[in-house]
Amino acid sequence: MTVYVKGVVFEGVDFDDPKHWGIEAYMARGGYAALKKILSTGMTQDEIIAEMKTSGLRGRGGAGFPTGLKWSFMPRSFPGQKYLVCNTDEGEPGTFKDLDIIVDNPHALIEGMIIGGFAMGITVGYNYIHGEVFEAYERFEAALEEARAAGFLGDNILGTNFCFQLHGHHGYGAYICGEETALLESLEGKKGQPRFKPPFPASFGLYGKPTTINNTETFASVPFIIREGGQKFLELGKPNNGGTKLFSVSGHVNRPGNYEIPLGTPFSELLEMCGGMRDGKKLKAVIPGGSSAPVLPADIMMQCTMDYDSISKAGSMLGSGAVIVMDETTCMVKALERLSYFYFEESCGQCTPCREGTGWLYRVVHRIEQGLGRPEDLDLLLSVGGNIAGRTICALGDAAVMPVQGMLKHFRSEFEHHIEHKQCLVPGF
Amino acid sequence: MVTSNQAPTLSAESQAQIDRELAKYPADQRRSALMSALRIAQVEHRWLSNELIAVVADYVGVPPIAAMEVATFYNMFDMKPVGKHKITVCTNLPCALSGGYQAADYLKQKLGIGFNETTADGKFTLKEGECMGACGYAPVLLVNNHSMCNHMTPDAIDKKLAELE
Repeated sequence: MTVYVKGVVFEGVDFDDPKHWGIEAYMARGGYAALKKILSTGMTQDEIIAEMKTSGLRGRGGAGFPTGLKWSFMPRSFPGQKYLVCNTDEGEPGTFKDLDIIVDNPHALIEGMIIGGFAMGITVGYNYIHGEVFEAYERFEAALEEARAAGFLGDNILGTNFCFQLHGHHGYGAYICGEETALLESLEGKKGQPRFKPPFPASFGLYGKPTTINNTETFASVPFIIREGGQKFLELGKPNNGGTKLFSVSGHVNRPGNYEIPLGTPFSELLEMCGGMRDGKKLKAVIPGGSSAPVLPADIMMQCTMDYDSISKAGSMLGSGAVIVMDETTCMVKALERLSYFYFEESCGQCTPCREGTGWLYRVVHRIEQGLGRPEDLDLLLSVGGNIAGRTICALGDAAVMPVQGMLKHFRSEFEHHIEHKQCLVPGF
Repeated sequence: MVTSNQAPTLSAESQAQIDRELAKYPADQRRSALMSALRIAQVEHRWLSNELIAVVADYVGVPPIAAMEVATFYNMFDMKPVGKHKITVCTNLPCALSGGYQAADYLKQKLGIGFNETTADGKFTLKEGECMGACGYAPVLLVNNHSMCNHMTPDAIDKKLAELE
């Protein structure tokens, strides 16, 4: 369920219209006007990238890297083939925004990718779609057909010399493929094991060619920025946190769903939009940016605004914008046990600290949950975590450690209670 | 279905689907279509036997080991026989907060099987899944890898099971 509030991706989408995702509805709400503007006014690649920089748009997949800057890294004069890749491999627990984008507004993504292709001199793109959402992959493929038929994709787009081909690529169940170099390996038809960086994808990407990878929501924000101007987008949010953002709210709220709101909106307001806490229970904690983000207790969270800087200052991260809300009945040991199992299950096995360490983290949290914990286990968890974080090729290792550190920082006493009394402080789920 | 003494084949329809995937990639990068080809083969044969994987590898033009690596890495590929309907329940944290385990328990009780088991009549296999990227619609189930079912309360599960004949 997408709950549109105020934002650039779902602006004007009439969810009650069964064809709201189609090209006619998209064009009726201003779709493809940005692409036409570029091709008819002779807007240059530099002007587009400058507009992207002005917008302050930061990568919406989790890392928050400035999009305009990333686009400027692409060697535009490189003579051979270059690639543009969209990362719709949305598997971070708590995140379900990109699913709604390709289901409900796929043409915004397509137009954003075409513009990206033009700005960086790229003629071929792929959208890598999460394995579990096959129906969404089919929707995206249908939207591509519409765009081809309308002359927005393919050779000589709108009668110009500009050519851009775009294809969907369906994954088949591996969280690690959300990591951009694992995604590239997977797109090449291999196991999704991350590559060592450098070289970065901008110089050695898909098939060894220069490649730019952005998140779905990032691309879907591009048409607005080009159509309305980067400054207007920036002003929707706050400095260094430009624009609006989709927040996927899950857990103990009355109306879970995707909320597209200006960056900088207070968390308390977001919680109200979600109809408040389910069954009138008290808020205990929030994981503000997907399962990898350190948990924050209610009192800190209620002081935060939903933007990169505020959440970072509070000791967590905005990540992909996945807000997992937990009420007073949630056992933090149980919550961490489930998350630790996830990282153990999803480690690709390439780096020893992650492959072995995620198993250690899970087994130790599991034994605490089972009432078999030892007093020294909490320090053991931090020690194991310290031997994983920063010692692996990709960030999955860090992602497995951050929830452990966050939980022990804010809820250590609950873990100690569990070890001492061999049972949960609260019932959990 | 695959029989033990006969090499499995890919139907004309499966081959046509794989050809459509192959067309997306550069001619010298046929391997990129491997994952889709295995998916299409699995849809036709329900699971991936070693023999079937070799057939897919041959069709795509990669060594069988390359196809085996992919088939064993991605968790939606079934390397063992599964029932007619494979039901995967997400129990990751966001789903767990909204009834993921209750949905799993209800399915276990209703089908009389645990995770990674198949009903005696071969109709249903139950699996525990990791995040499917639909946390706001919890509890969620995935049927036969491709059909996402949202808000799966016991009533909704009853209805879904009745549909899956």
